Amino acid sequence: MTAEEIYKSLKTRFGDAVREAKLDARQPWILVAWNSMKEVALFLRDDPAMQFDYLMCLSGVDYNDGRLGVVYHLSSMVHRHKIVLKAQCTKDNSHVQSVSAVWGTANWHEREAYDLLGIVFDEHPDLRRILLPYDWEGYPLRKDFKVPEFYNGMKVPY
Amino acid sequence: MGLLDKRFENGNVFITSLDNLLNWARLSSLWQMQFGLACCAIEMMAASASNFDIMRFGVIPRATPRQVDVMFVAGTVTLKMASRIRRLYDQMAEPRYVLSMGSCANCGGPYWEHGYHVLKGVDRVIPVDVYVPGCPPRPEALLEGIIKLQEKVRKESLVKKSA
Repeated sequence: MTAEEIYKSLKTRFGDAVREAKLDARQPWILVAWNSMKEVALFLRDDPAMQFDYLMCLSGVDYNDGRLGVVYHLSSMVHRHKIVLKAQCTKDNSHVQSVSAVWGTANWHEREAYDLLGIVFDEHPDLRRILLPYDWEGYPLRKDFKVPEFYNGMKVPY
Repeated sequence: MGLLDKRFENGNVFITSLDNLLNWARLSSLWQMQFGLACCAIEMMAASASNFDIMRFGVIPRATPRQVDVMFVAGTVTLKMASRIRRLYDQMAEPRYVLSMGSCANCGGPYWEHGYHVLKGVDRVIPVDVYVPGCPPRPEALLEGIIKLQEKVRKESLVKKSA
């Protein structure tokens, strides 16, 4: 399926939950509402024409204007097509639906995005920090993150 | 052999100071704690392999702090790892030495400005005896660092504390 067919199919099925799309990009992407992410993901995985059985990557983004984002790179082993999904939330209310029940890969990727950007994935089975120590404060990949002067008595800046 | 052979020239009499004997024993068997943290560990492994053969200096890699004399901190020390390094250093028996290998362990290396997670030099948590510069240092540089450490051990004394 081409990106345009995928977009049309999603648009007719989910309506307003599919916000916008850029289909002439090198990697065409579709923006999905943060609270419809799981049902869209389930449809993309299970529909016989889609069969996106492989989540290649899940990344977190800070757009530096109060928005945070999640980017999902999907691929289908069966149909050999790809699509990029995006979800967005604000820094004040940084919630996105978890897709770890849809693709197992998402579990650790979502933990990483939570660890470094503070995006809270609702219904995630085990949302803990994955890289940083558990007593770390703040989310370091946010653009407004300030490096602490001390961590556990160790001076951090050079 | 050097040190001991020369003592056997005049008959079969063995004369040396206790200092020299202890120092010779220590510097000839510097058992090493494997502490590979990043790419420096690859060079450390290369130094252990047959081309460079670190064992000819008496350096034997051990996997526990209780059996070692020297800790090679080879690689990027993150803040999360720093407390573990401190703990392992505390478990080593004295006399103990630390060799800091590579720019990251020396001073933070490429992470000096934006590395929120990197300790800017392992000497902020444990005392370091020898710094080996390089990113990463070649195995020859590590061997040089071991020789420097041996020189340091050779000058030690039971009576007065060496700096």
